[in-house]
Amino acid sequence: MGVGERLATSLTVNGTFHQVDVDSRTSLLDFLRETLGLTGTKKGCDHGQCGACTIHINGQRTLSCLTFVAMHDGDAITTIEGLAKGDELHPVQAAFLEHDGYQCGYCTPGQLMSAAAMLSEPWGPDDADVAEAMSGNICRCGAYQRIVAAIQSVRQSEATS
Amino acid sequence: MTRVDDFDAALHAHTASAHYCAGGTTLIDLMRQDVERPERVVAINRLPLTAIDDAPDGGLVIGALATNSDVANDPRVRAEYRVLSEAILSGATTQIRNMATTGGNLLQRTRCIYFRDSHSACNKRDPGSGCPAITSYNRNLAVLGTSEHCIATNPSDQNVALMALGATIDVRSVSASRTILIDQFYHLPGDTPQRETSLEPGELIVAVTLPSMPGWRSHYLKLRDRQSYEFALASAAVAVRLNGATIADVRIALGGVGTIPWRAPEAEAALRGKAVSREAFRAAAEIALRDARPQSENGFKIELAKRCLTQALIEVTA
Repeated sequence: MGVGERLATSLTVNGTFHQVDVDSRTSLLDFLRETLGLTGTKKGCDHGQCGACTIHINGQRTLSCLTFVAMHDGDAITTIEGLAKGDELHPVQAAFLEHDGYQCGYCTPGQLMSAAAMLSEPWGPDDADVAEAMSGNICRCGAYQRIVAAIQSVRQSEATS
Repeated sequence: MTRVDDFDAALHAHTASAHYCAGGTTLIDLMRQDVERPERVVAINRLPLTAIDDAPDGGLVIGALATNSDVANDPRVRAEYRVLSEAILSGATTQIRNMATTGGNLLQRTRCIYFRDSHSACNKRDPGSGCPAITSYNRNLAVLGTSEHCIATNPSDQNVALMALGATIDVRSVSASRTILIDQFYHLPGDTPQRETSLEPGELIVAVTLPSMPGWRSHYLKLRDRQSYEFALASAAVAVRLNGATIADVRIALGGVGTIPWRAPEAEAALRGKAVSREAFRAAAEIALRDARPQSENGFKIELAKRCLTQALIEVTA
C-alpha cells in the first residue's frame, strides 16, 4: 500500500460532532484511540476475535477493529466513555462493580458495551442465553460466571420495574 | 478508498484490482494479514440495499447489504425460513452479525490456516504454490469436493441454509443484470481453487431471493468443537414438505465438510416418497457422504456428518 489518501469524514462520538480528514486506511478503533484519545476502547487481537474493541454504531454493538472510520460518515458512535450519564453509571456498569465482573479489566469496556446492547436484543431469559449473547467477548481471566450474574441482575431488575 | 452511494458510481468505480467492501468483517481482517491486497477499496456500505421485502409471487427478497442480524431476526425469516435464521445465529457473534452482510457472507473466505497465513504456500491465494494442508494440518478441512490442489472448507453457515432453500442471487454489472441459482454459484476447487464463485469481475451482488415455500419446514443443526463462536465441523441444513408421515419433498445441504456449501441431491431423491423413519434418514446420510474422501486428520468428519444429517432430519420431521 502506498501513501494513504485522506477523506473528509463527519461523525458523532459520544454526542460530540467531529469533522476530520482521515487516512482512508485507518480503522475506527485506531481513530478513536489515536486521533480522539478515547483509549477506553481496547485493542486486543485487532482481528475481530476477542471483542475488546466493541462499541455501538447507531445503537448496535459492533467491532471497531474490523471497519474503516471513513466508512462511517454521518454515523453516531458510542464508546465506553459515553456509556455513563455523567456521574451516573449505566446499570451494567453498576452491576459489574456489584458482582465483581472482572479481574484485570482489559476486556471490561468491551464486555460492558456488549452487555448494554444485549439488553435490547431478542435473547431468552436463561444464563445460557447470556453466555451465547456474550460469546464474542473473551475474558482471559475467566470472570465469565460473574459477568453472567451481573448481566442477569440488570435484566431481572428491568423485567420487574 | 472510493465511497459510493449509488449503483452507477459503485459499478463504475470497480476495476480489476479493486475490491468491494460491505461489512468489512472478512476483507479488512484479510487485508490486515496481508492475504488480500486490493489497490483500491470501493466502500459500498451506503448503497440502498438493506431492505428485506416480500417478493411479488411470495418468497422474500433480501438486500445484499441486509445484515446477518437483521435477516436472522426478521419475523418472516424466523417463521417461514427457520433454517436460515438458525444457521446465521449459529455463526460468529452478535457484534460480527451486526456488521456482516448477506452478500458478503456469500463470498466469505475459507478459514484454512494456510490460506490465512501469507507466508505459507496456498494454491487458492497464490495459484501453483502448492497445498501444505494436504500433508499437514487438515483436521477442520473438507472431505467432499476436494482436489489435489485444494481441500479448504467453505466456512459459511448462511450459505448452507441458502443452498437448502434453493435461493437465487441477483447480480448487476455496468452492462447487464443476471440471476444465478445458488447451486450454480460456487465452483469446486479443481485445478483453479482461486476461482471460488461464478461472479465475474465487476459484478455486484444486489439481492438474494428465497422462493415461496408453503407447507415446508426447515432446520439447521451444527456440530463444532466449542458451543459458540466456532466454525462447523459438520452441519446440516434440511427443508422438508410432509404429506402425513410421508416425505413429499426434501432439500438437504451440508456444511463444514465440503469445499463449497454441499447440496446432496441423491440423498434427497432417496427420501422422496419414503415414510419418516430413522432408518430412511440414516440411509440417505450414507448416500450423501458416499463420495467423501478423508484426509490424514479429518476422517472423523464423515461419520459425524452422517449423524448430523440423520439427527437434523429426525428433528425437522418430529
